[in-house]
Amino acid sequence: MADLAIAPPKRLDVRGLVVQAVFLTLVVIVVVSAVTSARTNLDAMGLSSGFAFLDRATGWSYSFSLLERTIDDSYRWTLFIGFLNTLFLGVVSIILATILGFAVGTARDATNLATQSAAAIFIQTFRNIPLILQLVFWYAVLIHMPGPRQALSVMDALFLSNRGLMLPGLNVSAAAGTGLVAFAILAAIVLARWPGLSFIKKCLLWLAATVASCVVVALALSPEGESALSLPALKGLRFRGGVNVPIELVAMVVAITLYGAAYIAEVVRGGLQEVPRGLIEAGRALGLHEGLIWLKIKMPMALRTIVPPLGNQWVFLMKATTIGVAIGFSDLFMIVSTSITQSGQTLELIGILMAVFLLINFTLAQLINLLNARLRLKGH
Amino acid sequence: MTDIAAVVSAPPKPSLLEVLRSRAFATKTDSLLTVVFLALILYLVYLALDWALFGAVWGADSADLCPQAEGACWSVVAARHRLILFGLYPYELHWRSTLACVSIVATVILSCLPYFWTARRLSALWIVGFAAYYLLMEGSPIGLEQVTTDQWGGLSLTLFLFASVVLLGMPMGLGLALARRSKLPVISLGVSILIDFIRSLPLLTTLFTAAVVVPILLPDWLHGDKIWRVIVAFALFFACYQAEVFRGGFQAIHKGQFEAGMALGLSAWRIMDKIVLPQVFRHALPGTINMVVVTFKETAIVIIIGFFDILASANAAFGTGEWAPYFLEVYAFVGLIYWVFIFSLSQYGEYLKRRMTVAAR
Repeated sequence: MADLAIAPPKRLDVRGLVVQAVFLTLVVIVVVSAVTSARTNLDAMGLSSGFAFLDRATGWSYSFSLLERTIDDSYRWTLFIGFLNTLFLGVVSIILATILGFAVGTARDATNLATQSAAAIFIQTFRNIPLILQLVFWYAVLIHMPGPRQALSVMDALFLSNRGLMLPGLNVSAAAGTGLVAFAILAAIVLARWPGLSFIKKCLLWLAATVASCVVVALALSPEGESALSLPALKGLRFRGGVNVPIELVAMVVAITLYGAAYIAEVVRGGLQEVPRGLIEAGRALGLHEGLIWLKIKMPMALRTIVPPLGNQWVFLMKATTIGVAIGFSDLFMIVSTSITQSGQTLELIGILMAVFLLINFTLAQLINLLNARLRLKGH
Repeated sequence: MTDIAAVVSAPPKPSLLEVLRSRAFATKTDSLLTVVFLALILYLVYLALDWALFGAVWGADSADLCPQAEGACWSVVAARHRLILFGLYPYELHWRSTLACVSIVATVILSCLPYFWTARRLSALWIVGFAAYYLLMEGSPIGLEQVTTDQWGGLSLTLFLFASVVLLGMPMGLGLALARRSKLPVISLGVSILIDFIRSLPLLTTLFTAAVVVPILLPDWLHGDKIWRVIVAFALFFACYQAEVFRGGFQAIHKGQFEAGMALGLSAWRIMDKIVLPQVFRHALPGTINMVVVTFKETAIVIIIGFFDILASANAAFGTGEWAPYFLEVYAFVGLIYWVFIFSLSQYGEYLKRRMTVAAR
């Protein structure tokens, strides 16, 4: 009887090995033939491969940059600016879409019928129309805005015209501005790791620290005889002072934010609905205010369901920035595609584009894993 | 004896008044919210109606009447709808384009009927629908005047891209899902890398690569039309996401099902075909509908790589001439077409999901 229980000797899976060998051979053949035909095709076009072109000057201009640029910049620098633009647009849109999405999702989950319907209308409008259609729509609306002289204004500090959005800014140099942003990020990281403070207090502290640093820096570093705050004002045919946000960027941020918020709202609603009713009723029985129930019971529970799909939405929004090329916003994709037409270094540039997106995806995935780990119930 | 009916009968349905009291005017804050949001909704509805209906100009042949209009100028849609719907397709052959679009829409609607929910019927339906579309649009195989793909455009091109991506991508997705589950390490690892790679790239990058880079990597005789290269790349993108949807379906199936099949002496292929796949499809249905909806929405970005889809033809419809100020009307028209398709499909998906969760309880 005993030998029946012995496991059968492991047989060599010949068929499996053959199938895998064939698969590997096919992959190798495809790669080798792609490389050979790429070489023939490039030779025929008279192009040389390699990354030497990165140091050449581009000789062309583009719509938006956060940093100083000229048309004599190298490809390396121009691509870096494109990367920064993508990152900047993505981060700003993700932050705005997340805030709006949480608000709309909470409204969608409300018992109040009117609140719920308003949220439903918002979600169904912006989720069911392709993002790129929404983008060209907002862009068309913005370029048909009146000129600077008839600009829409809010309290004479904020102007919207066909030249873009004018915002009040601090009257400091670009270096000081970068320093302030860096300080705000640093403060956020330090506060996030600070033990023994509630989330709300951390947020308020961060806000106070950021505002205080801005006030101090503006008062200390603004040029003598000028005010610390630079307000946009109409001088002749154009605005002077303040910060100018070009319409391409405004259209991108508005389109991605609304579209993303509609998706995030659905994720948030899904999370809120998963919270066991008993917990909410327990909160009511304790006499807690509805707002406090949301903050202390519903949200902490719901976040565990919300974060994984929320992360997918962030990744999606980051990738969605590539459609900027449709309205001429110079994100990384547009810079890469212009570089391809201008320099002909197709393979290298596409490789760079793919590598950057793999990197962005990887970073976001790590960030979301970190969030997930922090939110996990203790002992699970 | 207690009366069973009295014990198990459902609680009475609350009257409208009770619903309003509990869900609109329960507290002071509640009443305030109701008033504010109701006013907001009504105001938006009023604005939309005033623009689209009451102040609008309808069906004039030229833009002459529009500058005086307070609302929309629908004349631009009346004058240019053929361009928006059919692109540069020869004018006198538009009936073919119309029928072709109808065949795709009918295919999608028929797929929603439970009668077609077997792999065989569904694939037969889609192949027939797609073939009908292609024969009507192309024309030459059935003796009609030939119209080449570069003359296709507008809504019919959008529907063509959509249908061919789903038709090609669905079997590819199943293949990738099966390969990823394979016990052979080289194959499952290779396919996993491919799926994760494509999924981390934006769709636009994949399509752009197919349009611009692939011709460099392939010998001349393998290039094919740009439109087919883009369709294959789009289908691959679809397949990589769909493979993950199928994978979820596979995970929902208990190991015992495979073992029962083996105990009956069925071959691995028959276990897959008769026991596992029918259940996988059922589990994957809501996710699949979601993917189909997303694909329809995403087809809009082909305008960037130079196709004359419905968005490009919309831009051409108002152009720079007399209709140029009426871009809002054209975008509203195109947006409405998309919205109706996507809203109804996704509502149907939601309905199925609800029905299936109830059935599973």
